[in-house]
Amino acid sequence: MTGANGHGQSLAEKILARASGAERVVPGEIIEGSVDLAMMHEQGAQTVAPFHQMGAERVWDPDRVVIAIDHWVPASTEGAAVLHRILRKFAAEANLSHFYDVGQHGICHQILAENGWVVPGDLAVGTDSHTNMLGAMGAFATGIGPTEMAAVLALGRLWLKVPTSIAIRVKGSFGRGVTAKDLVLRIVGEVKTTGAAYRAVEYSGPLIERLSMPERFTLCNMTTEMGAKAGMVAPDQTTFDYLRPIAKHAMHPLRSDGDAAYERTIDLNVDGMEPMVACPYSPDNVRPLPEVVREHVRIDQAFLGSCTNARIEDLREGAALMKGQKVAKGVRFIVSPASTKIYEQCLEEGIIETFTRAGAVFTNSSCSACFGGNMGILAPEEACASSSNRNFPGRMGAKEARIYLMSPAAVVASAIRGEIADPREFA
Amino acid sequence: MEKVIEGRVWTLGRDVDTDQIISGKYLTVIDPNELKKHVFEIALPEFASGSRPGDILVAGENFGSGSSREHAPQAMRAAGVAAVVADSFARIFFRNAINLGLLAIEVPGVRAIFETGETARIDLTSGRIRNETTGRSVSFPPIPAHLMSLLEAGGLVEKVRRELEARRATATNAGAAR
Repeated sequence: MTGANGHGQSLAEKILARASGAERVVPGEIIEGSVDLAMMHEQGAQTVAPFHQMGAERVWDPDRVVIAIDHWVPASTEGAAVLHRILRKFAAEANLSHFYDVGQHGICHQILAENGWVVPGDLAVGTDSHTNMLGAMGAFATGIGPTEMAAVLALGRLWLKVPTSIAIRVKGSFGRGVTAKDLVLRIVGEVKTTGAAYRAVEYSGPLIERLSMPERFTLCNMTTEMGAKAGMVAPDQTTFDYLRPIAKHAMHPLRSDGDAAYERTIDLNVDGMEPMVACPYSPDNVRPLPEVVREHVRIDQAFLGSCTNARIEDLREGAALMKGQKVAKGVRFIVSPASTKIYEQCLEEGIIETFTRAGAVFTNSSCSACFGGNMGILAPEEACASSSNRNFPGRMGAKEARIYLMSPAAVVASAIRGEIADPREFA
Repeated sequence: MEKVIEGRVWTLGRDVDTDQIISGKYLTVIDPNELKKHVFEIALPEFASGSRPGDILVAGENFGSGSSREHAPQAMRAAGVAAVVADSFARIFFRNAINLGLLAIEVPGVRAIFETGETARIDLTSGRIRNETTGRSVSFPPIPAHLMSLLEAGGLVEKVRRELEARRATATNAGAAR
């Protein structure tokens, strides 16, 4: 343990103490936490049967439940249509009115973020592993399965083992072409896919304090790839400014004590850091982008999308690079905004036109090609440059297909070149 | 729940993520009997046709990492897997397994003492897993009480059902007493 005597509490401990109504909690302790927000996407369809089998008569608090359709939008198979129908029927019966159905849809985490559903101090759960993203609000946000969600809907609480915390303190400034995505890839490369297993990760330091909310979302989002239970940034003025106009419930801003105990502290300086790429077949197989560029890795597909990197800032940056350029022959370039709201912004700002005229396929908002179950599926032997979060075997289709994870700008540069490219060469 | 489980072993490597257990294209399938036909299609293609109920999986580190899909433990349970033992588990998979009543035990060092086809004997009381083929064994700390109570109830559904029932009975009694 680092930190002076460890009498203080970490942010994660403070949030879980609040959720369990305790003065303080200690790592290893099992607590029953009251849930502030429960989110479901299509996997929520599997929540309905266990909810009824439990004999639950009503949802504990319909105003604390959000449903978003995001994996198959609109339904692309009969199976997906059935899942959607189960959810619609359940939402109507259980009086769940915060339903972002096809037309108001978006990737569940983005829906929570842009509508202020998760605020500082919250304990939030969702039926998706990247629920960690909402930790950027200064909340404890974690992924659970559908049966567990049924218990949350019935009782409004769940058990959690209080995790130990890892502090990741970052200083320095991003150089040209370096983004929050490159930072989180570097961190995953260092911590590895099991390095934060069952832990809470708390990001802090001068660089983190300067990050915008969208950048913090990207950072907290990929905390999942280190096996963490939660990833979070303490709330500050940036958080409050973002949430004040949209917050759905009261904020309880909490911060770590100066003498909080951390299992491990990682100090990073991003000065002089290169853009990064996670190579097949693991998000922790991270190398500096210029190294990979020198190997002339041909790509068949490029994907600018996912909950990690498909916000308006990402698409604006991509469109600026794309303008006046063409997608390379032989490359399928898929661009999918993270929400309908972002889609509308793209429409107003001419971003859809820029990508479409360049030869990209601009889709409606959804998880799109990220998870290999809907569209943008890869054949064996194919390679994809992607702004998403996972590149395990079979993630986007064939198990042999190779996925390279990188920043949105690097994806666009690669789509133009037809091979993995450095966006700094396009200035 | 049985305190001693004996079964034929299938081994897996480390970092077997949920895509390798049940891939994204099957996420719209909710019938466990259909899911089990595709279990481990990427990580262990011979498992779906070659396994039999009561078999035990022995995996390396970080088993079940990746997505929150409950299809993964559900498909394994439908295939009749008696227990999954791993050097370590990814957290959502572990919770999902226990919630469904699928015995998942973290035993650091277990992968190294098993090969596919050997027989494992798990003793939950003494906290020991033994390779009956080679005689090697490794011990593990007792399963925490709150997890054991979930497993003994047969999973989370039954546990919550009992809790809600008890709550209603208390409410009814309170009403009658008034």
